[in-house]
Amino acid sequence: MSATGPGHTPRTSRPNASSGIAYEEPLLFERSVEGRVGYQLPRADVPEVDPAELLGADGVRDDLPGLPEVSEVEVVRHFTRLSTWNAAVDLGLYPLGSCTMKYNPKVNERMARLPGFAAAHPMQGDENSQGVLELLHRLGGALAEVSGLDHVSLQPAAGAQGELAGIMMIRAYHRARGEQRTRVLVPDSAHGTNPASAALNGFEVTTIPTGEDGVLHPEPVAEAMAEDVAGIMITNPNTCGIFERHIGRITEIVHAKGGLVYLDGANLNALLGIARPGDMGVDVMHFNLHKTFSTPHGGGGPGSGPVGVKAHLEPFLPSPVVVQRDDGSYGLDAERPQAIGRLHGNLGNVGMAVRAWTYIRSLGSEGLQRCGEMAVLNANYLLARLRDHFHVAYDQPVMHECVLSDRGLSESGVTTLDVAKRLIDYGYHPPTIYFPLVVPGALMIEPTESESLEGLDRFADTLIQIAGEAHETPDVVREAPHRTRHRRLDETRAARRPVLTWQPEQPES
Amino acid sequence: MSIETPDNLRYSKEDEWARREGNRVTVGVTDYAQQQLGDVVFVELPEAGKVVDRGEPFGVIESVKAVADLFSPVGGEIVEVNAALSQTPESVNEDCYGDGWMVVIELADPSEYDGLLDAAAYGDFVKSRSD
Amino acid sequence: MLEVIGKSRLGELFEDIPEKLRLNGALALPEALSEQEVQQELEALAARNDDASRLHWFLGAGTYAHFVPSVVDAITQRSEFTTSYTPYQAEISQGTLQVIFEWQTMMAGLTGLEVANASMYDGASAAAEAALMALRITRRSKVATTGGLHPHWREVLDTYLGGLGSEIVAVPRGEDGRSQDPSDFLDDDTACLLVQQPGFLGTVEDLKPLAEAAHAKGALLVVVVNEALSLGLLRAPGDLGADIVCGEAQSLGVPMGFGGPHLGFLAARSKHVRQMPGRLVGQTTDADGRVGFVLTLSTREQHIRRERATSNICTNQGLCLLMATLYLSLLGRRGMAALARRNLDKAEYAKARVRETKGLSLPFSAPTFNEFVVSLPGPADAALARARERGIVAGLDLAKVEPELGPAVLVCTTELSSRDAIDACIAALAGEAA
Repeated sequence: MSATGPGHTPRTSRPNASSGIAYEEPLLFERSVEGRVGYQLPRADVPEVDPAELLGADGVRDDLPGLPEVSEVEVVRHFTRLSTWNAAVDLGLYPLGSCTMKYNPKVNERMARLPGFAAAHPMQGDENSQGVLELLHRLGGALAEVSGLDHVSLQPAAGAQGELAGIMMIRAYHRARGEQRTRVLVPDSAHGTNPASAALNGFEVTTIPTGEDGVLHPEPVAEAMAEDVAGIMITNPNTCGIFERHIGRITEIVHAKGGLVYLDGANLNALLGIARPGDMGVDVMHFNLHKTFSTPHGGGGPGSGPVGVKAHLEPFLPSPVVVQRDDGSYGLDAERPQAIGRLHGNLGNVGMAVRAWTYIRSLGSEGLQRCGEMAVLNANYLLARLRDHFHVAYDQPVMHECVLSDRGLSESGVTTLDVAKRLIDYGYHPPTIYFPLVVPGALMIEPTESESLEGLDRFADTLIQIAGEAHETPDVVREAPHRTRHRRLDETRAARRPVLTWQPEQPES
Repeated sequence: MSIETPDNLRYSKEDEWARREGNRVTVGVTDYAQQQLGDVVFVELPEAGKVVDRGEPFGVIESVKAVADLFSPVGGEIVEVNAALSQTPESVNEDCYGDGWMVVIELADPSEYDGLLDAAAYGDFVKSRSD
Repeated sequence: MLEVIGKSRLGELFEDIPEKLRLNGALALPEALSEQEVQQELEALAARNDDASRLHWFLGAGTYAHFVPSVVDAITQRSEFTTSYTPYQAEISQGTLQVIFEWQTMMAGLTGLEVANASMYDGASAAAEAALMALRITRRSKVATTGGLHPHWREVLDTYLGGLGSEIVAVPRGEDGRSQDPSDFLDDDTACLLVQQPGFLGTVEDLKPLAEAAHAKGALLVVVVNEALSLGLLRAPGDLGADIVCGEAQSLGVPMGFGGPHLGFLAARSKHVRQMPGRLVGQTTDADGRVGFVLTLSTREQHIRRERATSNICTNQGLCLLMATLYLSLLGRRGMAALARRNLDKAEYAKARVRETKGLSLPFSAPTFNEFVVSLPGPADAALARARERGIVAGLDLAKVEPELGPAVLVCTTELSSRDAIDACIAALAGEAA
């Protein structure tokens, strides 16, 4: 592999992955044999009743057709085999941009499984829950400190629900002042959840174009800002990995017309201990505990999307809120007439809060700042190693992620999708692709602070090698992956004739 | 990329084509539109009887990764709908000017049809956008 | 590294951040702890909470204490499941994708519907999303609920629908504890009738007439399940006329966890699949014709349709879905039925004891599954405190949620409730000596 960049010496040529045995495994239903069970009930110590007599013959089911009949060892082997088909952070670099796939410390998992957290019931009463309430209260306080905001609710179950809460608070704030504002401004580089959350709240979305330098400029915001605009949703650093350097001016413009500023905290990792949204004029933001605070992504959740606000929005936070009483004890306050209401059946994804608090306690103030710094250093290092080999959407220093594109590869017919799939052959999870939408053919790379210099070099060398392959042996790239159990899967077929459940009579393919 | 634009059709700037027979206009999406969308997986069409204005969305077309509104190139009552597309959305990719047709509209104002682009003008329009 | 980047100091990487926006000094957070110290601190916090591992547990009300086989956590802790994300890259996510497909199949079977999604945050938001889905399908503006909807979930419904100006009407509870005839509360603008099954107070609704009443007005029947184990015993709601079945599947192998993360689910009929919120996995083939799985029908979702998406949901409850799929796989067709019956047996035993016990009574005559209301002779808080002194968490005090019932407790029995513990719980509620 060729190495480039001033002062760079190749550190290793050891491959990142090689071929091994891939286990075959059918759907569990196909393993089903009548009569098998993987679960044992204790001996009965109460009399059996006749369900049909109690509930009516019509009210009781005679079969459970959706469930398989398999033994315990079959279940274990089935799911263990399935697990081997996944890429994961614990297997290697997972540079999915805007998802912050950092290492998830194992101590977090152990702490979340302590019975005092895992086997506690949400309605067991404040007096019987002082430990967990204290944890939630302290975590809320820590998030407020990290963000420069005044109050935090941990109730939203994921970032998108945090956004929803934030937008609802903005609406409630204007209503409380007797104003009906109907529009929300969203930059074109925003995550899709932003406009979706605004629309779920009945707001009309006005899209603001990103400037040619990849950041939002005050002028288009000023032009769109009017008395009917409830607020703006900004991601900072934005989805191009660039700090929104005009945010101070933009928040002034929005505030001057009575609007509020929402910050999408997806990229907060870059700012840890370096800058605080609250100091930039942000009124409300959400956090992603599963991104910034190391709770695992779990194949798509559970996440946690706490929402933080400045004091003027505190009355509108979702109810109930965790409070510390005058006697030092902790409790829940639901007597909050201006609150937007409840967003979760209980207090949110508390198990994720336990993990995040464990992380914050493990790192402390200095450790968190180090995370932010190393995440930014790693992204800039990758950008420096790759800028001569790939088109760079906005060639300037970045924060926690950098955005490349396939523009320079077009003559070879190789696209961003092909590069992504070829990375799989080398044992890497691909970056986020085709996002942000403002960069055609985007490859959005977020290495996080968890990677060593050697690991970054191996990844950069691999991407450079793929860029070479794109010109020399483009078919190899276009047909990738070659080394996975499955070749490219036909998404068109799946969408045209959806097969969403297993059907017993269905033929093999 | 080469774009087919049959001479016997008229076109809108929203990438729909229109073909007039008497007072009825058959409508679909252009070759350019289907190429841009990629593999079409679903077409949502209204029920016959719906009245649309020129430029009004009358349906939605979806590929695996994109969604687009279908804008009516002319105003009038929708009198026929291509029900087959619900089973074979691929017709839009394979034969956008034939089996991939979407609706037939009973023209409310014939001048609207005459106001649409001809093949040459639409070809220029497409070219101007991709430059 | 800085040299490769072309900078001399780390601070230069942050030059884009205007000076006045930078943090001066360190964050005011406690200093770092070693793993050993962190563990001690967290253990001390955990020890200050009640938990079902060391007490006799009869508190349900939407979150249930069930036995979870060891396999569930052992597999869930596999890094390949825990530290992966949403399966966007299908070729290296077949494990997660196949699990979701199996979950979808199991939930379609349990609910009696044709399609189930890859999870919602929790039962409350699943119910709210189901109502939104019904509003989209019917293009109507009202939602009717029965009185049996969990009070917290009702609040979440209010929150979600509040921004859209939809009206919510509640059908009162009848004397037997089930819903009254809802017909008078439904009209041509009602999108759906939302029925919790079993109801918050444990009573099992007769779904058929409710479905007929809803359908007679062109509204959908949405059945909201908060104790998913009941699906192992009760006839599938889809077979009784439900159009959407959603709810909370925490019972199926997910820890109570002080209320979350839990596992919302949502299932519907195929004809409504394009109005469903959340992720869906579909079967397809690869370039060599091998069967595999992908995320599909994504155009419904926020990352493509943006402000016109069916929901804003993105990250959902993936790992909890894995726990429940493991749990359902272990139980299987027979185990699920047997376990559900065991829960019914325990509750019926407990109810028989209540009937025999002086001072206690059952205010509702409708059938129940594993949870029921017990009326007490004196204040519920005192009875619960008495039970707690004996190591028993005897149930939920209904004084705040259902004050018109008088002193009453909502009691839940599961396979974990031994006969002796049930006897002790009832004695404590009645004020009898231990």
